[in-house]
Amino acid sequence: MGEFAKGGFTNVGFTWNMPLVSPRDRFGEELLRIGKEHKNVVVLSADLTRSMKTGQFLEAIPERYINAGIAEADMMGMAAGLALEGFMPFTSTFAQFAAMRDCEQVRTDICYPNLPVRIVATHAGLSTGCGPTHYSQEDFAIMRSMINMTVICPGDPNQVEKVLQASLNHPGPIYIRLGREAMQTIYDKEYDFVIGKALVPREGTDAAIIATGIGVSMAYEAAVTLEKEGMHIKVLDMHTIKPIDKNAIIAAAKTGAIITVEDHNISGGLGSAVAEVLGEAGISIKFKKLGIPDVWAMNGSPDDLYCLYGFDAGGIKSAVKELLK
Amino acid sequence: MAFEHPQHLVTAAKAKTHDKVQELEGYALEMRKSILKLCSKAGMLHLGGDLSIADIMIGLWKYKLTYDPKRPKWEGRDRFILSKGHAAGALYVAQALAGCYELQTVYDNYLQPGKDFGVHPGNYTPTIEIGTGSLGHGLSIAVGMAKALRLKNCPSRVFCVMGDGETQEGSVWEAAMAASHFKLGNLVAIVDRNGFSLDGPTEEIMGLEPYADKWKAFGWNVIEINGNDMSQIVGALDSVPETSTQQPTMIIAKTTKGFGISFMENKPEWHAGSVNAEMLPKCLAELEERFGKRGTL
Repeated sequence: MGEFAKGGFTNVGFTWNMPLVSPRDRFGEELLRIGKEHKNVVVLSADLTRSMKTGQFLEAIPERYINAGIAEADMMGMAAGLALEGFMPFTSTFAQFAAMRDCEQVRTDICYPNLPVRIVATHAGLSTGCGPTHYSQEDFAIMRSMINMTVICPGDPNQVEKVLQASLNHPGPIYIRLGREAMQTIYDKEYDFVIGKALVPREGTDAAIIATGIGVSMAYEAAVTLEKEGMHIKVLDMHTIKPIDKNAIIAAAKTGAIITVEDHNISGGLGSAVAEVLGEAGISIKFKKLGIPDVWAMNGSPDDLYCLYGFDAGGIKSAVKELLK
Repeated sequence: MAFEHPQHLVTAAKAKTHDKVQELEGYALEMRKSILKLCSKAGMLHLGGDLSIADIMIGLWKYKLTYDPKRPKWEGRDRFILSKGHAAGALYVAQALAGCYELQTVYDNYLQPGKDFGVHPGNYTPTIEIGTGSLGHGLSIAVGMAKALRLKNCPSRVFCVMGDGETQEGSVWEAAMAASHFKLGNLVAIVDRNGFSLDGPTEEIMGLEPYADKWKAFGWNVIEINGNDMSQIVGALDSVPETSTQQPTMIIAKTTKGFGISFMENKPEWHAGSVNAEMLPKCLAELEERFGKRGTL
């Protein structure tokens, strides 16, 4: 740990034949679509219209686009007020600000009355590459501790559409976490998306990698290359961090080894949530959490940083081999 | 969207008659007595701020608000947010006097385990729009509601009562900026300017003056009154511009913390407190002595 691999991202010898897609673009497109269909959808921004790709909504439905300015606490309070009046507000800002700058408004004004506010948080984890002030290493931990909150982090860029669709029929608040960079498309076939139900893009029997968000594609790459070395690795897309899919975790534990992968601090996020399930189920197996190893992450591109902190495909591959030794 | 405005609900009296003011003063006396009785029974209440806003709460709940207690979610109602949620006692009594529930229900349930009447208003009672208590939150919520009413073409107003101390919170000024930016003439905020927060006088802890100028600079229509004088409260509420106008209104109500009970007045140690069985008759007697002749009840 502590040195950048030459050229960044570790080459594990796997090439995707599916496109990279920006989850933010998908968010912007889908938000407009549901906004046109559902007149109760309002969008709030904290002066990040371009970054959040919400400009097309502003252009098409300006009366339901509310720019709060650089005032996240007020944005969340306003969202609560709008939700009390029957609207479904989608607030939009970077994850670090969504989770912390307005944390108490989210807790007290949105979660306590259980209002249907959708907190869309982009540039999550290390994906901005903009340094610690803009990294969100703690947002899973914060959001999953909130009563009534549902926490979702899509593992595939096109899943954003399914998340927004699912959100329309969900009663309480939802935290929707997206990265900044384009993501690998993983699913080439139609599938059912259910909040709280993990997907299994790859089956395996020797170990299971439980990943979320950008981690899913890196876990998948690691699993494919490990297959060439004779290891059959299961991959779970744990898109819902809360409520977490206990049954899927317990089923994954039958492999005898679990590795969790998240672009988040290893403390309090997906890894911790999985460990809680295993502990309460009385399951004792080989277990390793991958993510930001409880350090202030350095400056650098996301790919370089994922490599540096050992949770890019190469890092995951090494961790699996180490665990199965 | 269509809204019905039954004539009996559209706040009865535009008439600022002497009789009306006297009637409201009578309710304010009853409210102060009820607050003290409640405190004596339950053991703890935020007395200082309850007593300072008693007259304002009566002015709102017995005079100004368009509200049908039988239909608390009626779309045509005026919305009310108590941002200074620690004055829950004043809210419960005001809503009881307005017919939302029986006063006895408040006496029976306040501070009782698992019941709906807590130290701060929670999200349990249909007549309470949203639970409050953490300071500096209410105005943002009120701005969101006022914006929502605009989007729905609903002619109702949003009223938000704040403490002066809580306007030291930065989020209040974010909301203040937003309210005038969004031209929310359907929003009326009232600050209980009793001059004290928990630790002492606001001007010693963190100065707020020049207070009216600050709100004016943020684009608000500012009205300054004596918030313990019912005729001035009625006058201010009558002078709130039409809901269709473009500027939010701020009523700065200069009040006395603990107003009505001489040994509590301007004493921050009575921010929250309790009145025992021995003190209660003396307090009630003082209230009767000071206000009994003014009221008609």
